[in-house]
Amino acid sequence: MKKHSLKLISSLVIIIFSIFFSFPSFFDNNNNLPNFWSKNKLKLGLDLQGGSQLLLQVETEKAIIEKLTNQFEDLRTELSEADINPLDFKLVKDIIIIKVPDTEIEKLKKIINTNNQLEAKYEQEIARIGFSNKFIREFQNSIILQSLEIIRKRVDEVGTNEPIIQVQGKQRVLVQLPGLENPDRIKNLLGQTAKMNFRMVDEKSMSQLGEKKYFVGSEILEGDEFAINYIVKKRIGVSGDNLVDAQASVDQFNRPIVSIRFDSIGSRKFADLTAKNVGKRFAIVLDKKVISAPVIRESIPSGSAQISGNFSFDSANDLAILLRAGSLPAPISIIEERTVGPSLGQDSINAGVISVIIALSLVLTYMIFIYGKIGLIANFVLIINFLFIIGWLVLLQATLTLPGIAGIALTVGMAVDANVLVFERIREEKLLGRSKISSINTGFDQALRAILDANVTTLIAALILFFLGSGPIRGFSITLGLGVVSTILCTMVISRLLINYFYIHNPNRSIKI
Amino acid sequence: MLFRFIKKTPNISFVENRKKFFLLSLFFAVVSLFSLWIKGLNFGIDFKGGLLSEVKFEKNIELENLRNSIKELKYGDFSLQRLDNSSDNYLIKMELNSEFQSNQELLISELKKTIEQNFEGKVDYRRVEYVGPTVSTELIMTGIIAIIVAIFSMLVYIWFRFELPFAVGAVLALIHDTILTIGMFSISSLEFNLSTVAAILLIIGYSMNDTVVVYDRIRENLKKFKKLDTYSLLNKSINETLSRTINTTATTILALLALFIFGGNIIKDFSLAMIWGIVIGTYSSILIATPILLNMQIRKVKEKEE
Repeated sequence: MKKHSLKLISSLVIIIFSIFFSFPSFFDNNNNLPNFWSKNKLKLGLDLQGGSQLLLQVETEKAIIEKLTNQFEDLRTELSEADINPLDFKLVKDIIIIKVPDTEIEKLKKIINTNNQLEAKYEQEIARIGFSNKFIREFQNSIILQSLEIIRKRVDEVGTNEPIIQVQGKQRVLVQLPGLENPDRIKNLLGQTAKMNFRMVDEKSMSQLGEKKYFVGSEILEGDEFAINYIVKKRIGVSGDNLVDAQASVDQFNRPIVSIRFDSIGSRKFADLTAKNVGKRFAIVLDKKVISAPVIRESIPSGSAQISGNFSFDSANDLAILLRAGSLPAPISIIEERTVGPSLGQDSINAGVISVIIALSLVLTYMIFIYGKIGLIANFVLIINFLFIIGWLVLLQATLTLPGIAGIALTVGMAVDANVLVFERIREEKLLGRSKISSINTGFDQALRAILDANVTTLIAALILFFLGSGPIRGFSITLGLGVVSTILCTMVISRLLINYFYIHNPNRSIKI
Repeated sequence: MLFRFIKKTPNISFVENRKKFFLLSLFFAVVSLFSLWIKGLNFGIDFKGGLLSEVKFEKNIELENLRNSIKELKYGDFSLQRLDNSSDNYLIKMELNSEFQSNQELLISELKKTIEQNFEGKVDYRRVEYVGPTVSTELIMTGIIAIIVAIFSMLVYIWFRFELPFAVGAVLALIHDTILTIGMFSISSLEFNLSTVAAILLIIGYSMNDTVVVYDRIRENLKKFKKLDTYSLLNKSINETLSRTINTTATTILALLALFIFGGNIIKDFSLAMIWGIVIGTYSSILIATPILLNMQIRKVKEKEE
């Protein structure tokens, strides 16, 4: 009897749990529920509630090569300081190649060894130099974390509803934007590195702009404003890293501008730059494009300035956002996008609900058709099982996706399997001439082994889906896995209790299977 | 008054015709592989990379006009599909030529601009998906790995719970199911995408489920009827579990039919794959995984142990 009261208590716990947690998800309005009742609902995936998901690739290789280029320039200085005259000194992709006379190889080794970022392989007098693996790992890691921070700032500035931003793998960032129907603006914001700096226009060379030649210390940059190119000095006057604030506003002619403010270092540099170059033009460069190149009229000591350019109100606003959030340490590209509009999301919810209801009714009918009264027990257990899965999904706040709904419908179909196995076994035992009680007991005991073995295989499939799948597929694996566990539990506890109650405690009732 | 497909434990000679069924399966497997080789699979953008958009127009439009305006973009090959037999809801699938692949941000806004310029009224972008080339290659690899890992874990599990001959029989049946399902996708040109891989994994799980139930009975009967020859033993075990097999397959297919008919466009193909796989999986459990044990001397393994 003790065993039975344990079963009774567990059954009640399962039933109450299922109803308590699943109930609120079936209604739009839960105001009528008593206060103690859980108000949590199923958390819907982006494919059901609508929204946008972007997978970003942070191009850390580019940042690494940029950093290596700096090292290359530093090495050049160090070599000449150490009086080494390389026979060959070049940067090929991600390797610095230095060839020195035999006599100077030891001096070169000394320089490389003191630099803890670099690692070299020597072949006679040729050294091939790159970053050490340890440094690359650390550097990549810091780039990802910085990028994550800046991506978060940019997304937050646009103000979407509860965005989820997380690192995925070694160099990717996943951005989920629930409810966002059109991610074009965010994509545009994320797609820009937003490296800004202020540099002087190379006025001496500007007259030679049309000639295709190389200008020492300067470069030709595309202009954004009047489709003209500029020759701009490579030396950076003031860097965008020194900005503390940027706001979009309008000038006296009601044209959109961006007002910026420098920190103390930036203010000093900007004051110097403007004081020394009155009458000349300086270029405001954003990601290798000249936004505008105004003439400096007087020194600006205040540390604030206004950027005018070819702006619309929106683009001025976006530029201000980018400047406030800061520049990305490496360029990023969007390698996957999945956006679902609200109309399709709602259609999917409707279709999902209808198919689950129909699947449930078909299976319930079939079970009564085949097994009669005892089928009612299986059906009751199936419904509890269904609520139990929903209850756990709510409790775990697992995301329900459209494939997840398919998983539920499928579980409904497969969940009766455990009961079918038990019923068939009871029937067989009866055909063998056992008594009613003995048939029921042997039936459950014998079927348990098959139920466990068979369900573990489905659980294995669900686990693989969970670890290898992403997004919607993962949601599917969660419902499937929950379904398996809950099926075994509900059958072995509730079915057994009910069959005991209706058939064993009632000696006159015969079991018809 | 109960309705039963099978009144008493039947005695159908499943094992007797095993050679015919092996040949039949072999034939289908060869046809599947041949089609896979010649025709390949109709990969969705998950595996091929590209752009997909489901667009609903406010007013009915002409398919030809839509085709022409998308053609002007010159992104690459594309296909148009009218959804729900309506003339305002279309699915656009595009491959992207290599020069467009890197510029994702512009692609979609250009597409939208083109559509809005050419058609009046509000346009509802119900779904926009873009998968870049690196992602699609990875997804293919992940899919292949998932299927191999699944089959291998089943092998290990069955070996652990039963004996090696059982594990081999079960895995042969799984490979059979996988090949026939992929073959069905190749022959029918249904779109093969991420959810198809999920379906294959589930079919593997389900087919295993069925096989295990029969195997469990064989294991039990091996102990119970020590004198019975393997041939009759296998037949007996299949027959004893047949009623359960039919009922479970029936309820599962009923649930899947509900999904197939009412579940909407997105999971239609998934449900179809599942229905096919469940039928194949049930067939293979009864007519491949079990009869094949006859050639593997399960009796001896058991006796050695005892």
